[in-house]
Amino acid sequence: MSAVIDSHHDDHHHGPAKGFSRWLYTTNHKDIGSMYLWFSLVMLFIGGAMAMVIRAELFEPGSQIVSPEFYNQMVTNHGLIMVFGVIMPAFVGFANWMIPMQIGAPDMALPRLNNLSFWILPVAFGILLSTFFMEGGAPNFGWTFYAPLSTEYAPPTVTFFIFSVHIMGASSIMGSINIITTILNMRAPGMTLMKMPLFVWSWFITAYLLIAVMPVLAGAVTMMLMDIHAGTSFFKAGGGGDPVLFQHIFWFFGHPEVYIMILPAFGIVSHIIETFSRKPIFGYSSMVYAIASIALLSFVVWAHHMFTVGMPIAGELFFMYSTMLIAIPTGVKVFNWLSTMFKGSLTFETPMLFAIAFVALFTIGGLSGIMLAIAPADFQYHDTYFVVAHFHYVLVPGALFSLLAAAYYWIPKWTGKMYDETLGKVHFWMSFISVNLTFFPMHFVGLAGMPRRIPDYAMQFADWNMMVSVGAFLFGISQLLFLFIVLKCIYNGKAATTEVWEGAKDRGFEWTVDSPAPYHTFSSPPSMESLKSSS
Amino acid sequence: MFRAIKFTLSLLAALTANLSFGAWDDLNMSPGATQLSQEIFGLHMTVFYVCLAIGIAVLLAMAFILFKYRKKEGVEPADFDDSTALEITWTVLFALILIVLAVPATSVMIKAYDNEEGDINILITGHQWKWQYEYIEDEVGFFSNLSTSLDKRNNLAPKDENYLLEVDEPLVIPTNTRVRFLITANDVIHSWWVPDFAIKQDAIPGFVNTGWTYVNEPGVFRGQCTELCGQYHGYMPIVVKAVSPEEYSTFINDKKEAKIQQALLTEKLWSTSELMEIGEATYQKNCVACHQVGGRGIPPVFPSLVGSEIVMRNKARHIEILMEGVQGAAMASYAEQLTEVEIAAVITYTRQAWGNAETGDGKIVIPKEILDYKTNKL
Repeated sequence: MSAVIDSHHDDHHHGPAKGFSRWLYTTNHKDIGSMYLWFSLVMLFIGGAMAMVIRAELFEPGSQIVSPEFYNQMVTNHGLIMVFGVIMPAFVGFANWMIPMQIGAPDMALPRLNNLSFWILPVAFGILLSTFFMEGGAPNFGWTFYAPLSTEYAPPTVTFFIFSVHIMGASSIMGSINIITTILNMRAPGMTLMKMPLFVWSWFITAYLLIAVMPVLAGAVTMMLMDIHAGTSFFKAGGGGDPVLFQHIFWFFGHPEVYIMILPAFGIVSHIIETFSRKPIFGYSSMVYAIASIALLSFVVWAHHMFTVGMPIAGELFFMYSTMLIAIPTGVKVFNWLSTMFKGSLTFETPMLFAIAFVALFTIGGLSGIMLAIAPADFQYHDTYFVVAHFHYVLVPGALFSLLAAAYYWIPKWTGKMYDETLGKVHFWMSFISVNLTFFPMHFVGLAGMPRRIPDYAMQFADWNMMVSVGAFLFGISQLLFLFIVLKCIYNGKAATTEVWEGAKDRGFEWTVDSPAPYHTFSSPPSMESLKSSS
Repeated sequence: MFRAIKFTLSLLAALTANLSFGAWDDLNMSPGATQLSQEIFGLHMTVFYVCLAIGIAVLLAMAFILFKYRKKEGVEPADFDDSTALEITWTVLFALILIVLAVPATSVMIKAYDNEEGDINILITGHQWKWQYEYIEDEVGFFSNLSTSLDKRNNLAPKDENYLLEVDEPLVIPTNTRVRFLITANDVIHSWWVPDFAIKQDAIPGFVNTGWTYVNEPGVFRGQCTELCGQYHGYMPIVVKAVSPEEYSTFINDKKEAKIQQALLTEKLWSTSELMEIGEATYQKNCVACHQVGGRGIPPVFPSLVGSEIVMRNKARHIEILMEGVQGAAMASYAEQLTEVEIAAVITYTRQAWGNAETGDGKIVIPKEILDYKTNKL
């Protein structure tokens, strides 16, 4: 009898179910990770298409292809989709795939919650995108949705927007709870906190940031909802409310949010640089402390987004100093990456190229960040293209490049097949050139005085804007090549080895399991002894 | 890979050569026209050079490492992973650089935040999508609208130098005088930015922010709204004309005189055609943005005026809407913004135009009625 039960058992638990229900009901961290990643890739193309509309409109001075009203909808939804629909879910996708494998766990701690936190995301974005087909059009008040433009003066679809933000927030909070629980409870024996891989560390801290600030965002949109439908006056000056309060609440969420979008990138880049330098990461503990201090500082710098709202001078100075402090841990990270490569044995496969470009271009974004931190100078920079250049430098060649690097780095482990290295390099060089062509001239037009979020501009900005648009179209096309490379890898790639990258098996548990990684990875925890460099 | 870098550089060079780039001034911030703006410019350049130096140092070090330590046959990578001394050194170095930057930044900040009253105080109010200027001491004021024609914006006419940076009536200030701006808004948040003065202050409903300037030389200074304020955010420029104090007092006296003349106009007898003429001009300037050229609006946000019940048959409500605006909708009050004559004329125009006179009652409104409305309200 027991023999019968055993064989029955064997039949069931080895491999996923078939068809759509596999994806709908799955509680497997790899399936859910893949869904997060595909979802964010789809959203990347939707948000990217919106960016293309923006750049087509700005190709030349004068009204080109869309009305100013629709232009604002494009600007708003491009921002919302790229932040909440691309960068964040993509990092959660990597967390799902890699955290259990990196800590030697069989799966995430809360698999059903994991399923739910993914599946409500398409619902949230379905709601957001459906507003394009409604009377009054989609949200048009910028991704920062400042009241009262987003309350008293908003299109009626703002209510759908609020609902959608609530769902995104719920998804992020559930995802974070899961990640923290997994990391705290399911590490392989002997993996103390200070022996965790840096990607795990960066997500551990990011998850706490998410849990801390997502409820604040939910509070902000709920107050908007009350102002719009329940007659309250949180942000209505006419009713005794305070429009600046909105900005304080928003940026108390918003500044940690921008680090939520970059901290996991730090983890990814650290792994890639050590692998392709064939040398352990330099200053592991200072890397961890740097991430932690950036996260802590992110709670006390929010009003540097608001230097022009008329704060008292004490406020201006406080937020200027605290913001400048962030340069210290960030600089430590950059120097540590350089020191990791120093005296290494470097090779330049596609993941490494993207990681190197990340370090170089993120540094440029960081340095323009120091300029923006200087409050009196910010009077001239604020809300110009200089700011647009700054945050795109940290988010595109920053966060997005780290995601592309991570995809090339781990896709052989996921699929068991190698991507086409030549095409990968072509993709990198196309992206690298076009990303700079797109975002570097924005510094110039910003300093010369071009405000952001305008559908048309004065004549002196014309030349650079045309160059920016050409760069943006090239960058857009380059990412279609990425889709092709991924599909070619899945369907037609050469078999990958277990180790995938030379020497990688010493650098993490994920490189000790088969390629592709089995559907259930570790049924018994691996031993820390199997990693030579983990001492 | 190095061939690829060379290719990139030559491509960039080719691109740069082929596009005709205007003055190199277009690459940087303008030093501006006041002492404060020049100090802020100096601060900007200091921080920029420090950042540029750090950036170049980091990128050169990186290029060196990438070249020198590329994988070679028979060369083993080092395996060090820590150096406390080194890490402390660069942490302290970063802190020192930041202190060097913070000192001048703090002193400029304190100068910019000088809140003392001006010799002249001007109240600036942001409206969707125009600026209102009121000279507080002299009790005169006006609205300043974009004057770039729709034809230019729609590429039907050639654009000129001040495309989108020109207004029907610039703000006039005297030179060699401390001018303080009190900045607020009437609907959503706007931001009043004149780069040459280094003033960028958000105009927030319910708040009054301040900024000040002291211009030495006469000149014309242009800026734009820098806070997303709705669909025509890109179309509310700022033009400030600094003139000699003598010219300034002539300007103020003319404004006061015009105010008196305007009041007299409400007593005059008006013909429908006179009102229609003024009304059409007023409509083109103030109403087309939302209600469109043919009066059909963009429903549901901006209702059509053609065949509207109010426009055709309800004169009292029509006046009320112009005077009070519509709560919870985009329609603002024009009581402050337009003269009695203009309000009467534009109401008359909309009641007569587009076939409304034929289908509706076609009643005209004379300026006296608007004046009476105002008087009765008091």
